[in-house]
Amino acid sequence: MEFHYPDALYNSHTHYCPGCGHGITHRLVAEVIDELGIREKTIATAPVGCAVLFYDYMKFDIIECAHGRSPAVATGIKRILSDRVVFTYQGDGDLAAIGTAETIHAANRGENITVIFINNAIYGMTGGQMAPTTMLGQYSTTTPKGRGKNGEGAPIRVCELLSSLEGVCYLERVAVSSPKDVMQAKRAIKKAFENQLAGKGYSLVEVLSMCPTDWKLAPEDALKFVNDDMKKIFPLGVFKDR
Amino acid sequence: MAEKILLKGNELLAEAAVRAGCQFFAGYPITPQNEVSEYLSWRLPQVGGVFIQAESEVAAINMLFGASAAGARCMTSSSSPGISLKQEGISYITAAELPCVIVNIQRGGPGLGNIRAAQGDYFQAVKGGGHGDYRLIVLAPATLQEVYDLTMNAFDYADYWRNPVMILGDGILGQMAEPVETKPYKPILQIPPKDYILDGCKGRAPRVIKTLILKPELGLVTHNEEMQAKYRKIEQAIQLCEEYETADAELIVSAYGIPGRVAKGAVKIARKKGIKAGLIRPVSLWPFPKKPFVKAAQTAKQFLVVEMSQGQFIEDVKLAMECRRPVEFLGKGGGWYPTQEAILEKIEQMLQSPKGAKS
Repeated sequence: MEFHYPDALYNSHTHYCPGCGHGITHRLVAEVIDELGIREKTIATAPVGCAVLFYDYMKFDIIECAHGRSPAVATGIKRILSDRVVFTYQGDGDLAAIGTAETIHAANRGENITVIFINNAIYGMTGGQMAPTTMLGQYSTTTPKGRGKNGEGAPIRVCELLSSLEGVCYLERVAVSSPKDVMQAKRAIKKAFENQLAGKGYSLVEVLSMCPTDWKLAPEDALKFVNDDMKKIFPLGVFKDR
Repeated sequence: MAEKILLKGNELLAEAAVRAGCQFFAGYPITPQNEVSEYLSWRLPQVGGVFIQAESEVAAINMLFGASAAGARCMTSSSSPGISLKQEGISYITAAELPCVIVNIQRGGPGLGNIRAAQGDYFQAVKGGGHGDYRLIVLAPATLQEVYDLTMNAFDYADYWRNPVMILGDGILGQMAEPVETKPYKPILQIPPKDYILDGCKGRAPRVIKTLILKPELGLVTHNEEMQAKYRKIEQAIQLCEEYETADAELIVSAYGIPGRVAKGAVKIARKKGIKAGLIRPVSLWPFPKKPFVKAAQTAKQFLVVEMSQGQFIEDVKLAMECRRPVEFLGKGGGWYPTQEAILEKIEQMLQSPKGAKS
């Protein structure tokens, strides 16, 4: 098999920690953009979070947004340039905590955009605080006794939450914690972009992703954490497809 | 010949925006500016533009961030509490040096306040408002003719300087109606091609619009210095002001917006009574038109500031002439309006017992 570096990816080293899922997901997005031949008409949003430097790695137009505001910014871009491909790349704090309102309403309006949602159940960039998707009992720097002991509530399941909205076209939860999962993740990401090209409306792919550093696990154990623990709370699969 | 139309201030502002080529509007309902959104909800689609009722003020301003990055002339409108919510986005747009027009039809504050006209957002508008060192170009109409003209100019200023422009009105301007001569839109500046927008990287290197600059020296420090250099240029280029009967005035009344209009009436009556009063009414609040104040301070002995707030605008009047003359104050916040009579009474009082003299 010949190794081909995606055109949509700069040939650079990332700042991500060993075992992090962002690198894999970046590559999958880049491969899909290459395969669909849309690099030169793609405009993406970078989030606040570990992927804030998204534009250092991806070779297309990118706007860096305030924390959580990507869906609103993407709405503005897509409504003006409806023939371009617009996608947001967001983490769990960005998408499901500080940006919950923007997420729900962009989805509800059926904005014809693609959302790549990285769920690693923790705030990575700020050093391991509780995320909206942190699981019950999971330790973080702000849930020292484990989530749920101090009135934090339970994790938000984004795909399930959005599935009731009529404007939503496609929701799928995937993982990048095994070769089989990675291949399925790519299929889902591709479909989410194809939907936009077909004008079908809002598509979101939730990617269960590893954060060994802030989970305080070795990279190998982080894979196990996704496969054994996260998938139980966040079941993989298609939640909406129309 | 230009046509004359009669519209509410809010609707007129919206129409002026459309005629100036505004392609995108996002806003959230708040009194007393709802007619801006309501008007644009049907008017913008007529010209192929985009209207979105956003889920929040925060989303609305961020939609502008996107629309502006995509190259569109865009506008949002709100009133005081809503403008507070937009400050995060305004800081980002300013940092990214993107153009947009932000309308604040001010109401009484602080807090939820009330829905009467007020000018309590002066500091927020002219001193920054959000986080970081930045400025907005702030325009303050006093008549509906100015609402129409300045709204059109605002889009040119925004595009030319790549900086948000705020139209700082109030509930009276938004709700009143008077005939306006609606000249067709004519750009007042030659706008350079928008070579910074994100529209897909076909035939060029990818572009990034961002406001995170981790490096200090030759990074964020430099970016700040460059922004300040731009602001110094804007200060040279824009100093808008109405001067009335200032040449021989012994007492200068200064006010902006609706109080400026009322003050002009008071000055007219004073002149009829033989009182040498004059008016300086800043139209651009940032940059603040300093020169007329410096000039007037050479002849006028006293100044009177009138504002519908508790003493915000007065600080810039004192700074403009570096406190060369005493400045008295007539103003209240929370929905109080000045009358010609009250201003005249204050003028007469000041002339009878000048500040510093024994009474």
